[in-house]
Amino acid sequence: MKIVIVGGGKVGFAIAQEVSAEGHDVTIIDSSRTVCERLSLALDGMTVQGNGASLDVQRAALVPESDLLIAASPNDEANILACMLARKLGCPNTIARIRSRAYLDGVQLLREELGLSMAVTPDLYAAREIFRQLQLPAFLRRESFAKSRAEIVAMEVDANNKLCGKKLMELPRVLRHRVLVCAVRRGDEAIIPDGSFAIRAGDEVYLTAPAATLSRTVDELGLRKKHARNVMIIGGGRLGEALAELLCETGVRVKLIEQNAERCRALAERLPDVSVLCADGSRQDFLFSENISQMDAVVALTSLDEENVFICMYARMQGVPQAIPKVNRTEYGAVCQNCGIRSAVSPKDICAQEITRYVRAMESTDAESVLSVYSLLGGRVEALEFLVTADVPHLGESLASVRLQPGILLACISRGAKVLFPGGGDSLQTGDTVIVIAPRERHIAELRQIFDERG
Amino acid sequence: MNIAMICRILGLALGVEAAFMTPPFIIALVRGEHSAAVAFAAAITAILVCAVLLRRVKARRQKYYAGEGFVTVGLSWVLLSVFGALPLCLSGAVPSFVDAFFETVSGFTTTGASVIADVEALPMSLLYWRSFTIWLGGMGVLVFVLAVSPIANGDSGDALHLLRAESPGVNVGKLVPRMRRSTTILYLIYIGLTVLMFVLLLFDMPCFDALTTAFATAGTGGFSIRNIGMSAYSPYSQTVMTVFMVLFSMNFTIYYLVLIGKLRQALRSEEMWVFLGILAVASLFVAVNILPIFGSFGEAFRHAIFTAASIMSTSGFSISDFNLWPWASKTLLLMLMFIGACAGSTGGGIKIVRVIIGAKLARRGVQRAIHPQQIKCIHADGEPLDEDTCSSVSAFLLVYALLFAALVLLLALDGLDFITTFSAAASCFNNIGPGLELVGPMSNYMCFSSFGKLLLSFAMLFGRLELYPMLLLFIPAAWRK
Repeated sequence: MKIVIVGGGKVGFAIAQEVSAEGHDVTIIDSSRTVCERLSLALDGMTVQGNGASLDVQRAALVPESDLLIAASPNDEANILACMLARKLGCPNTIARIRSRAYLDGVQLLREELGLSMAVTPDLYAAREIFRQLQLPAFLRRESFAKSRAEIVAMEVDANNKLCGKKLMELPRVLRHRVLVCAVRRGDEAIIPDGSFAIRAGDEVYLTAPAATLSRTVDELGLRKKHARNVMIIGGGRLGEALAELLCETGVRVKLIEQNAERCRALAERLPDVSVLCADGSRQDFLFSENISQMDAVVALTSLDEENVFICMYARMQGVPQAIPKVNRTEYGAVCQNCGIRSAVSPKDICAQEITRYVRAMESTDAESVLSVYSLLGGRVEALEFLVTADVPHLGESLASVRLQPGILLACISRGAKVLFPGGGDSLQTGDTVIVIAPRERHIAELRQIFDERG
Repeated sequence: MNIAMICRILGLALGVEAAFMTPPFIIALVRGEHSAAVAFAAAITAILVCAVLLRRVKARRQKYYAGEGFVTVGLSWVLLSVFGALPLCLSGAVPSFVDAFFETVSGFTTTGASVIADVEALPMSLLYWRSFTIWLGGMGVLVFVLAVSPIANGDSGDALHLLRAESPGVNVGKLVPRMRRSTTILYLIYIGLTVLMFVLLLFDMPCFDALTTAFATAGTGGFSIRNIGMSAYSPYSQTVMTVFMVLFSMNFTIYYLVLIGKLRQALRSEEMWVFLGILAVASLFVAVNILPIFGSFGEAFRHAIFTAASIMSTSGFSISDFNLWPWASKTLLLMLMFIGACAGSTGGGIKIVRVIIGAKLARRGVQRAIHPQQIKCIHADGEPLDEDTCSSVSAFLLVYALLFAALVLLLALDGLDFITTFSAAASCFNNIGPGLELVGPMSNYMCFSSFGKLLLSFAMLFGRLELYPMLLLFIPAAWRK
């Protein structure tokens, strides 16, 4: 597909990287010449210098012949205008990045009139992601599949964990409810394990489980901590505000620390139940005086990655069970991991993933199709959800007699309201949805690609 | 200060008063109450002469501002009370002018404190006028003038200053863009509720009793035309009154929202729920406390909720002599006097909304001591309040406390016991009516000297107009050019 991206900033670049890796032709429009030059070196795609909402520039970027325009500049109004223009020029799909919460509802209402296929709000997505993590603290990440009937969750195994030292084939004896380990991160390695794989302390394990039994499994593993009741948020930007609002709605007590007095006043007006504090959140004596050590979670969302990471390290040092920094530079991810901060959140990555998901779905609206894609282990492994159609090979054959490509795992089959973990006796049937775990570099796009047909 | 314009508005207000004196004058004629008829005729003539003189003043400019609004409202209420007292005084029913003035102020300010021992001896026309002053004072005389007279018509919105000065509450908002329509809507709601209550009372009372009781309840005043107060009527009537006392203590904006179908928004009113909550808790407390007197809980609760509603709505009706109740109940009732009703109602007192904001300000003050960096915005009904409103509420509470202290001190010069003095001051300042001991529900204010009565009359005016309009009359700075 031909994709045009307006705005080559952090979000635009992240999206460009994702969709380019998927094999699409990418053109980036940015008003700064230096940005264009840098991007043309960093990315296998075209750059056009100019205002993305102007007619000439869009024509120059061949918007009329493109399949999708993604307006990801920091300016909401320009994004909307760029999308409307592209639609008029004949580009069938447009996605606008809308940062301001004030516009969001109106834009959703006007989506048809504005010709938008989708409006993305990175801060809101990131807030939801952090919120999810705070809700079930045992898990670093969780995603739901098959109309929320199955979930993939990631957890860290420590030495006290029941699973520690167990081989995967022994799991049914350890746990009452069925789970499937679909991927493991050990150090820097990403592994799609088989039955003889033994779990060690320090592994980050991705489990698939039916949503219905997941919480019982959590109890069984002794992982249910009380979910965060007192949360400190440092940085009262858009993301901080959205997160505080989500937390407040579920009755969590929130302390929101923001440096700008005017911004504090606006936050206090909009969030009556949040305790808004006007202070420098990177000052340790202040954090200490506000009882940081008594918090269930600390979320650092200032504009400086380094500050966020340091605040979280300090929070961990004070014994806070959960510390989540916002990290915009993904290359810091590994540094964070080594410092014991595993759940860094990057709004632009979340946004880019959301858009990639949409692009995938666009590609495969016909025939057998990827329903959704989630990237695990920092993008090195994918979990793909497929619909089983009549032209898939080996339909109705027992899985024991079918060979899959090495390194690929059929994680679960969802049939009607039931979720099955495929054993040798199960078979694929038309209408099922299946979740396939595969390394990213395989570029699995169709279900037939998972079978090993070499005799 | 645009004195000419003030005079013209005062003339208008007096004209309206003369018009409203006509029905009791006709009653006096029909009933053959000669002295009363003469008194009303004389009063109407006097008022009309004054009104015409005041209207002849030529105003060089039409504009007036917030300060003039306050002064106009303060002056007009004093003037209306002086002229309104004429029929009572001239007819010989209440020979002393100070007594008649006290009685009329008590009516206009919806207090319901009386100096007349034998109410039943009064001619019917005077009883009607006495109760009607409450109804008129409930929503405000000038508000009525604004709703019907041309000064609000096509005006640049200056009349809003008058409305603000006369209406109780923190923020006087408009329901619809045009002020004249807003006031008309509120008045129609007021009239509608009064008529509804009148009809409900008709099932049980003579027509005249039902009318005067409806007037007195609507304005949350509390004048009764029976010597033994509301215990003269059946439990049915008392229950109807309880309900309507509560209804008239709510912000009338809520009824407007209900009428236009915004029920959800109406139910969001924080003030309403706090009011009902306090009422429920206080009623239960008193009911349990007075259980030994009444024997059954049902009977005790009926008396408790009537009395609590009567005090909180600042009506001051009574169906039993709460002076004989235990001290715990009496103390609670005395405290309820200060809280009062909701803003935008016909009730008096500090008003629930100010109590809520005051409590929130107090909590914020304490929290600041623990978290000095905390920035907190006070919310009312889920909407953020600006700091100006907050500081004006704290200023109001402070002025209120200081004026009340001064009032108690001056009233103590009359030499009565402390409980009588304090409760009389609280009762009049908050426009309730009965107090404790010598001014209890079964007695009256005759025990005070003329000085005391005059002082209490002004206390009632201060209370009804929420301090500033009256206070400004006594502040030289307001009169300077």
